[in-house]
Parts: sequence; C-alpha cells; structure tokens
Amino acid sequence: MTALLELEDVEARYGPVHALHGISLSVEEGSIVAVLGPNGAGKTTTLRAISGTVRRTGRIVLSGRPVQRLGPAAVGRLGVAHVPEGRGTFSELTVWENLKLGAYSRRGSIEPDLQRVLTYFPWLSDRRRQEAGTLSGGEQQMLALARAFVQRPRLLLLDEPSLGLAPVLVAELFRIVRELNEREGLTVLVVEQNAHLALQAAHAGYVLEAGRVVLAGTSAELRADDAVRRSYLGY
Amino acid sequence: MASAQGSAVAGFRARGAELAPAGAVAVFLVGGAIFLLVGCLQSTTFARLTVEGLASGAVFSSLALALVLVYRASHIVNFAQGELAMLTTYVAYQLIQWGLSYWEAFFATLAIAFVLGTVLQVALIRPVLHRSVIATVIVTVGLFILIDGVVNWIWGGDFKFMPSPFGTASFDVGGVVIPHLYVGMVAVVLACVALVWALFRFTKLGLGMRAAALRPAAAALVGVRVDRMLAVGWGLAAVLGAVAGLMAEPSQLFLSPTLMQSILVYAFAAAVLGGLESPAGAVVGGLTIGVSLSLVVGYVPAISSELQLPFAFAVLLIVLLIKPSGLFGRREVRRV
Repeated sequence: MTALLELEDVEARYGPVHALHGISLSVEEGSIVAVLGPNGAGKTTTLRAISGTVRRTGRIVLSGRPVQRLGPAAVGRLGVAHVPEGRGTFSELTVWENLKLGAYSRRGSIEPDLQRVLTYFPWLSDRRRQEAGTLSGGEQQMLALARAFVQRPRLLLLDEPSLGLAPVLVAELFRIVRELNEREGLTVLVVEQNAHLALQAAHAGYVLEAGRVVLAGTSAELRADDAVRRSYLGY
Repeated sequence: MASAQGSAVAGFRARGAELAPAGAVAVFLVGGAIFLLVGCLQSTTFARLTVEGLASGAVFSSLALALVLVYRASHIVNFAQGELAMLTTYVAYQLIQWGLSYWEAFFATLAIAFVLGTVLQVALIRPVLHRSVIATVIVTVGLFILIDGVVNWIWGGDFKFMPSPFGTASFDVGGVVIPHLYVGMVAVVLACVALVWALFRFTKLGLGMRAAALRPAAAALVGVRVDRMLAVGWGLAAVLGAVAGLMAEPSQLFLSPTLMQSILVYAFAAAVLGGLESPAGAVVGGLTIGVSLSLVVGYVPAISSELQLPFAFAVLLIVLLIKPSGLFGRREVRRV
C-alpha cells in the first residue's frame, strides 16, 4: 500500500483566523478515509487546502508530487475532484452540461465516461436536459458526485455529503461511494458530521479538533475508542 | 424516487421556482409583435418607422449583448464598451484607407477587436478585479477617457467618411421603402449574435465560459481556467461592440469620436430592460428600445429627436423601479 496523498504540517488561515495548525495525514491508494470532528475543527479547510481553494503552507504531496503551490484548476487537472459543501453544481446549466464539465480538462471523446457514470446513476439519463437547479437537493448531491466521477479522479474530496439530505438518501449516497471505491478503485477523502455513517464506509479516519489532528486510526480502532464513541457516535 | 426525495429536501429546492414569470414575458413579446404587425399593415409611415427602429435596435442589441457578456462573467459594467466599439470602427476606417475592401476590413477589425478586448482585460481589469467594485468601475471609466483621447490624438475629432457596405439602394415592400442598409444591419447583427450564441451553447469553450461566469470557484475545481475565460469573454464582447460600431457608422453616415456615446446609453437601457444577466434579454431589449424610440419620436411631436436620450433614461429608470431584474432576468437568490 502506498500513500496517494500526504499532508505534512499543513497550515491555513482565513485572514487573521488560523483554521489549520499543522495537519498531517495520509490517504492510501484505493482507500476511503474519513475526517471527523466538531464544527470549526478545520475539516472543510483541510479539503480546501488540498484542492488549493484556500492559501496554505506546509507540504501536500499527491503521489510523490508536491502540490502545495498549485491553484485549484491545476490541482483539478492532476486528478483531484473536490465536491464542495453545498454541492457546487451549476444550477443554471443542464444536468448533461454539468456532467460534461467533469471532463473539462481532458481531450477526446467523453461519451464512454458519461455512459459509465450512468451505470451508477441511471436516473440522470432521463434528466439530461433539465436544469440542475430544478433537481431536488438529494439529486443535486448525486449529480455533484457523478460529475466528480466523470473527472476520472485519482482522489475524490467529498465535503459533508449528508448535509441537508434525508437519511435514506444519505445511505444511498454512501452506498454509491463505496461501490465506486470497490469497483473502480477510487480513493476517497470524506469529511462528515455523521461519524456513524462515515466510519461504516471508511477504512480509516482522522479526528480533528481546533485545527489539529487529535486522533487517527482504522475505522475499527476509532469505533472502539471511548472518546470517539461518546462525542461522535453517541453511545 | 423523486417524490420521496421531494418532501425531505423541499427546503433546499433552488431556483426553478424563482424563475421570471414566463407568462408575462410571453404576453409582452406576443403583444408587441401583434401591435407592430397590425400597425405596419395599417400605415406605411408606421412600417417605415418600425423598420428604422429595428435597424437601430439591432445596433443597440449588439452593444447591449457585449455589456451583458462582461457583466455576467465578472459582475462589472464596462463603461468603456462603447468607446472600445468606436475605436475599432476607426481601425476599420484606417484599414479601408490603406486599401482593404469593406468586408476584408470588417473581418480584420473583428479579429483585432478580439485581441484588443482580451489584452485590455489581462492588462487593466485583471489586476483590480478582486480588489473592489469601485476600482474596476474607475478603471473602465478611465479606459473610456483614454480611448477617447487616443482616437482624438490619432485621427482628430473631425468627421470621417466611410463607404456603406450595403449601398444606397432600397427594397419596395408594398409601398414601404426599406433601404438595403437597414436589412443588412439587422442581418449582420443577428448573424453575429447567433454565432456567439452557438459558441456558448455548443462548444467546450462556451461551456467553460458559462461555468466560469456562473460559479468561478466550482469551475476552477473541475479544471476550468477561470482567468482565461474572463479574458476571452472580454474579447468576444469587444467583437460584438465592433459589430455594433461598424453597423452604426453607415446609418449615421459619418464617423466621429462621439459615434457610440448615445448608443451606449440605449444599450444600457436595452440591457437593463432585458435583465442584465440575460443574453436573449439584451437582444430583445435592444430591438424593443430601437422600435419604441423610433415610433415615439415619429409620432409624438413633443418628443423630438433631441429628447431621445432622456427617453432612454426614462425607460432605464422605470425598469429599475418596477422590475429591476428586467424582462428575462432572474431574481438573485443566494442559497445559504
């Protein structure tokens, strides 16, 4: 097992506010890694530091290549797909245009990619001409995930996918993420409030508090940890 | 599946429900078209005024569309758009002086306008874009003054004469005299608008530009080079402006540094009437302003041609007061 992504002492700030105080974590190729923690712990900022949507210092290495100086478009082109909180779908564009944007940085035919994505999200086919903004929240989240998959990412950054969705949809979403991981070997770094679901899907996890990693381990280890159990799993 | 999701996520439904009332717009358009048709059949004067209005409206449309392109992409109003169009018209004039035929000069000018717009965006707008709105407004106003100065310096302020590409002949349609010029103006503008529309609608570049304009951050995440898209957007806007300038010139019969100044005001009114964010709205707005100006000036003795500009301002004001989002605009809704 080799690390696809490695963060070493990564700091980030929004103006005077220090959001990350030196985060170090690593994501192995082909795994799902969950980032847990309370509000304001720096979970979202960690993803944003990786994709380059926030200014950061420290080392971020994507399969041997340092990317901490690259902007979001460049990181995206290296195979990192970031589904931001609030989905990041283009509501005025059609479903199909949203999917096409996933393949924006590639040349050549994207038809095979679009067909492949339809095997995971078959319902998108009937809605292809519909404006994305007219989809329900759950459908938009699925569309964002589908678009990220069209990017053929080596690494998928998923931010709070469950936010505002009905539980049944959240379960469906995580089922698809798992499926993409198992069948396509997609590596996923997921930030999630719902620790129960996240640890079910993930192989390993990190717990963040106040911009620092306070706990790391496999999902089983984290589930067994007293502090995690009390704070995040609630029993 | 959809219904099960529907209730759970009702609170997150975005847009869709907030679209402009399509019915009202349809009534406006169909009503307007019927009014014009009946009027044209009733009276040749009305028909003549309508055709004149459509011709000048086409020019307003083109410049309004240029304003809309820039506004959509970076939410700034380019006050120099008209002067840029005037400058490129002078470039065409110069090319014709140097011996190019009209249409050679026309297409060469469009290419030059594209480069000029792109360069201006990179050199002047990009450095201030994320500073403040005031800064960008000041830069575009400065650009207005700069271009005006440069044109006066190179070509002087006196009138230049440029050949009309469509000659002076005219069609006779049931007693209504329609100069070739007017038909040509409308045709050229609509062809250019259609090309730009197709570019946005059917090409990958167009998709990238739309994405960059709608959600720059999300567009960057899928690998769209947002800065580059904004520069190309300025280039395209300059091309549309050049078309407006080139088509405005023969109807005014001469070229002067003030060529586009009143047209810019009409184009603003057109863009606002259509909804500043809507390309289709800019075109419809331009034609509407053109025709109504022509009819009002032709039929209402109190409003002579000197009062055209205040009339355009009145339209601007009324739209902003009654329906700030314009005919085709969407109310701005931000999801939280």
